[in-house]
Amino acid sequence: MELNDDRIVELKEKANNIRISLIESLIAAGSGHTAGPLGMADIFTVLFFHTLKHDPKNPGWPERDRAILSNGHICPVLYSTMAHAGYFPVEELKTLRKFGSRLQGHPHRDFLPSLETSSGPLGSGLSQAVGMAIADKMDHGMTSGKRIYALLSDGELDSGQIWEAAMLAGKEKLYNLTAIIDRNNIQIEGYTENIMPLESLSDKWRAWNWHVIEIDGHNIEEIADAFDAAKSVVGMPTMIIAHTIPGKGVPEFERDYRWHGNPPGKGPTDKVPADKQAQVALNDLRTLGGKIKSEHQ
Amino acid sequence: MLNPELKLNTKMFENPPAGGEQVPIRQGFGEGLLAAGEKNLQVVGVCADLTESTKMNLFADKFPNRFIQVGVAEQNLASVASGLAAMGKIPFISSYAMFSPGRNWEQIRTTICYNNQPVKIVGSHAGISVGPDGGTHQAIEDIAITRVLPRMIVLSPCDSIEAKKATLASVDTGTPVYLRLAREKTPVMTTDNTPFAIGKAQSFWLPSNGGNPKVGIIATGALLHRALLAAKTLEPNVEIEVMNLSTIKPLDEKAIIMLAKKAGRIVTVEEHQINGGTGSAVAECLAKYAPVPMEFIGVNDEFGQSGTPDELIKHYKMDTDSIIEAVNKILKR
Repeated sequence: MELNDDRIVELKEKANNIRISLIESLIAAGSGHTAGPLGMADIFTVLFFHTLKHDPKNPGWPERDRAILSNGHICPVLYSTMAHAGYFPVEELKTLRKFGSRLQGHPHRDFLPSLETSSGPLGSGLSQAVGMAIADKMDHGMTSGKRIYALLSDGELDSGQIWEAAMLAGKEKLYNLTAIIDRNNIQIEGYTENIMPLESLSDKWRAWNWHVIEIDGHNIEEIADAFDAAKSVVGMPTMIIAHTIPGKGVPEFERDYRWHGNPPGKGPTDKVPADKQAQVALNDLRTLGGKIKSEHQ
Repeated sequence: MLNPELKLNTKMFENPPAGGEQVPIRQGFGEGLLAAGEKNLQVVGVCADLTESTKMNLFADKFPNRFIQVGVAEQNLASVASGLAAMGKIPFISSYAMFSPGRNWEQIRTTICYNNQPVKIVGSHAGISVGPDGGTHQAIEDIAITRVLPRMIVLSPCDSIEAKKATLASVDTGTPVYLRLAREKTPVMTTDNTPFAIGKAQSFWLPSNGGNPKVGIIATGALLHRALLAAKTLEPNVEIEVMNLSTIKPLDEKAIIMLAKKAGRIVTVEEHQINGGTGSAVAECLAKYAPVPMEFIGVNDEFGQSGTPDELIKHYKMDTDSIIEAVNKILKR
């Protein structure tokens, strides 16, 4: 679908609804991660509603693109996006992390077979995506219409396995692989540059023979353009470094690493008391939804 | 006496004490993978800079387009294979057992077993008989860490011919498989005509009088040959039944329980830590269904060191004399 102004507004609204649903699911769960999911909502929206070749009603379609979530802890945004895309009912999001739910605390294919992988332990998703891209290249070479997408966090780049995979992808010239880093600068114990400095990040990927694109991870058009541009890169994989704001959409939560691993109601209380956090988050997002609509009109 | 029904290598006791023809178990894997590759186009090989040592080179030379060299990166090795399997491939990954499944255990657990991808993990140079390389390279914990994983099949063939059959059988299980191989040349006990099936334990040695054995020995890997030598030495004073347990998981409980009930005493033999290994698996089964006295031949909670394989097997009390000693000890219990 063409990405005109109307479509961009539609996608912005979609991303906002995905944020509302994921916050509702976290509130119902009473545990889980908030900052990363809110920060990645725009990218998931563009990927699932604009870029990805997939069919939610036929999740096993062999010709589909593959999207691998490496940092499984941000699954509230994956689940919320999948529900809005039609993989399962939106109401099911409220079963997140509950006994018997298909929506496990970290993604598990045994429970939700439409997931491409089970994940949680950090650092191994890129390797899996590399394996998929090699398999597809082995079978179809340049004639394949499929693309493999790997979604990574910046914190998990501390893990050596990421760089093992990076080297192999460059060596194998995996033009069919697009990876995205959620560059939100936080991880569970603090800011990434304090815990383990990653800069100069784009140079590191270039050194392993990746094509690197840096974008604003909340700009719908930039996200879509980067995914498109990656498709025409020859002879190397593409890394999209997406600069995002953790907690995006709820100003009281934004840019604060303490929101990494807590749900509304259990986050830091210096800005919003615990018993008000759920309502503040939902109010902020609903107000934002109204703003998107009125600006468009 | 050797079980006549299994069409075993009757020359296995020639040129004592080493046994007749000797071939490294890993050689059987190399030939098996090559044959599997010819039969099934989905079979792919992935290696971490040990293609020749693990004998994956036979496959890699024939099918260069289905072979991936990932370098010294065992964590990546496991998870890349998970991705390949997710796209319909049947990946065999090989390295030394110490590094895979040693170094990359969590990746095997999460991206292969938990993720339910049928990757075949081939750990070569397992056991203390790696020899001069020393303790860092002697994997004697690999059975424990693989048999604890849900969905994993654990195979420990006794010789090169059985390793070839195990490799071919691994292709079609639809599950993760751990295939344990040894470096050194070891006696060939089976023949091409010896039956093999995953999950099936076989008694290679039976009491010559046709009666019940006094002791049952359950052995895995190349040490089976020393267990057979022990049985041969003790015959006819002590009649023994020696079982080849080449599938450690799923355990052939029926055969093990039957042997325990017949013999009333069990000795397990493995080139592995006693803690958590094959003997533990047998004990878990027997404690529940047929508790009998047991003795355990294996490494007793210590690390290995440099030496020739024979020196080390003797030092760590896994040689034929130690097996005979264990039999005599259990007879007095």
